[in-house]
Amino acid sequence: MKKNHLLLFLCLAGAAAAQGQNLSKGEIHGNFEIDAQYYNPDSAIGAPAVPEKALMNGWGNVIYTNGKFSAGLRYESYLNVMQGFDPRYKGTGIPYRYATYDNGGLEITVGSSYDQFGSGLVYRAYEDRGLLYDNALDGVRVRYTPAKGVYLKGIWGKQRTFFTTSPGIVRGFDGEVNLNELFDSCMAKVKTQIILGGSFVSKFQADQDPTFVLPENVGASAGRLNLIRDITLNEATGKKGQINFYGEYAYKINDPSTVNGLIYKPGEAIYSSVAYSQKGFGLLLAAKHIDNMNFRSDRTATGNAAMINYLPALTRQHTYPLMAYYPYATQPNGEVSWQAEMSFKLKKGTLLGGKYGTDIILNYSAAYGLDSTNLHDEAGRRFGYTAEYFAPGDQYFQDIHIEIGKKLTNKLKGTLMYASMYYNKNVIEGKSGYPLIPAQVAVLDVIYRFTDEIALRTDLEHLYTKEDFGSWALALAELSLAPHWFIAAMDQYNYGNKIESKQIHYVNGQIGYLRGTSRIAIGYGKQRAGIFCVGGVCRFVPASNGFTLVITSSF
Amino acid sequence: MKKILTLLAFVAAAGTAGIAQEAAAPAQTNTGQKVPGVEMKTLDGKKFNSADFKNDGKPIIISFWATWCAPCKKELNAIAENFEDWQKETGVKVIAVSIDDARNSPKVKPYVDSKGWEYEVYLDENQDFKRAMNVNNVPHTFVLNGNGEIVYQYNNYVEGEELKLYEIVKKVAKGEKIN
Repeated sequence: MKKNHLLLFLCLAGAAAAQGQNLSKGEIHGNFEIDAQYYNPDSAIGAPAVPEKALMNGWGNVIYTNGKFSAGLRYESYLNVMQGFDPRYKGTGIPYRYATYDNGGLEITVGSSYDQFGSGLVYRAYEDRGLLYDNALDGVRVRYTPAKGVYLKGIWGKQRTFFTTSPGIVRGFDGEVNLNELFDSCMAKVKTQIILGGSFVSKFQADQDPTFVLPENVGASAGRLNLIRDITLNEATGKKGQINFYGEYAYKINDPSTVNGLIYKPGEAIYSSVAYSQKGFGLLLAAKHIDNMNFRSDRTATGNAAMINYLPALTRQHTYPLMAYYPYATQPNGEVSWQAEMSFKLKKGTLLGGKYGTDIILNYSAAYGLDSTNLHDEAGRRFGYTAEYFAPGDQYFQDIHIEIGKKLTNKLKGTLMYASMYYNKNVIEGKSGYPLIPAQVAVLDVIYRFTDEIALRTDLEHLYTKEDFGSWALALAELSLAPHWFIAAMDQYNYGNKIESKQIHYVNGQIGYLRGTSRIAIGYGKQRAGIFCVGGVCRFVPASNGFTLVITSSF
Repeated sequence: MKKILTLLAFVAAAGTAGIAQEAAAPAQTNTGQKVPGVEMKTLDGKKFNSADFKNDGKPIIISFWATWCAPCKKELNAIAENFEDWQKETGVKVIAVSIDDARNSPKVKPYVDSKGWEYEVYLDENQDFKRAMNVNNVPHTFVLNGNGEIVYQYNNYVEGEELKLYEIVKKVAKGEKIN
């Protein structure tokens, strides 16, 4: 009997132990998007004949998470890639896959990762599906927090280019210290938050050039400082303001590449911003100096491929089609740019504010080339040129912008915008023979709510210029029937084109159905290249004529 | 007799184990997806982990937005117009996560302050939280119930959407199920 009792006890103990195995259940989620287009050749608008007639971009993400572990992959399919995207995106594959284990203070990722050091001046791996930009690092990424306020990151791998990786090996390290968090006992009374950071990134690429001795290991380092301070404006009401200062300096040793013309000059970048804000008012000032900071894991790469770093453009990002007609992109070889933006709210009930208040944004941004002195030493040292810090040369871009937003009645809201721009097409688009293009752009965006479900948005825009393709006028009407439907029609008319046959109406329409996280939208008509926002979402769209289809969902 | 008792004990144990597993299973199963723990920055420069989102058992709205996304700003401004009433009635909290990168993230605090939003705003500059939450593009808005589980989400904004959002929030505040 004693033996049986023991056996019984062991069995029940086993049952109890089985009950104790509490593995939290894993979860699977994902999202996908398919963009397809049927192309009609249209020489008048410059839409080329597409041999496949219809093109498709598609991708699907699947993520598995279970407690501290997560893994995911992305399947991408370009059969073939749509017009306006890099044609090297061809075929299908799984270019992105990773597994991560996060043990609280230590997180390890193997496979593909995205990360950023500081503002990205020496390292930023990220993706933008709208541009098909993806320089994910394929290798190892470690994030470690050894003590409160100390954040360390390390990366080692190769960057994704299309369905393969670029030849260079990238290794990097970033450390950031929040002094107030680290020394919290003795800094408890310090009102300013002080955050220091430093990064070092090195790339290795074998030298296969027969003519030049190219450096195989190129290192870039950066240091940054962020100071944040709250200011009490009114002791009685507790009204506060905040000042935020950010400054970063980066230095890269000699890195001859196709983009910089194979010169041995080192690269430097300075980026700084000061922001002040309080309830109802915000002010931002930012300046940037870039000198020879093209940093890629393939020195022969051009376009958007194999970039290791990210040089933010200090210009206002526009999404209204004619406002975004002349967009600016940072010139890695050299530029000096600055931006000032002030946003404030005129309170409701005041004379200027009106019944509901008025929102105003003023923005001034400008970019210039470097005032550089060419050294004419191509035969020998190949240093290229010299340039002073923040000394502007040729004008590249300017945008003086005002935006007024106002709710007029309970059902009527409107935004009025005006911008005066200068656009250097030769430098920004790599063309030649164009003068500096001045353009005046005005936008009026009005929304009228008929009922709780039905609303009509009308967008009227005008771009005036005597240069380039001349002036444009745009009219857009978008009817939304909440919560599921939207219908939109748009006409962009290039009435100012010097060539009469090119004074074309780009008319197109779109209808969409939305439900939860799914949307399906079908469009037809002519599209000019640009960024368009319709039905609640913004995307980059190239010029074309035909049917478009977008299906997106997540689960 | 001894053999039968042993056999019975075995079956009982196996049965207990089986029942124990089944009894444990519903407790282990998540009735809804919880928000993954990802690090972001506050507007004051400090780090904050999304696993720490709380609202004392009351509903939470998480909305992904960016300073360049006009529909996102329209949605958050439309919610702001009624937010005081929403809070009084349901205690809902709005967490606005900005996916602006280094180019635009310095503009987030000045914009939020100029609009006077009473939301918790976080910066997801590396877009880690956006990826972990399975967000394709913005605006993408989630509603969490009192247990921090995602009960509703949508990926667009049309005029009047915020009224439907509030109907969902009211139901969640009462503890009703959303289908």
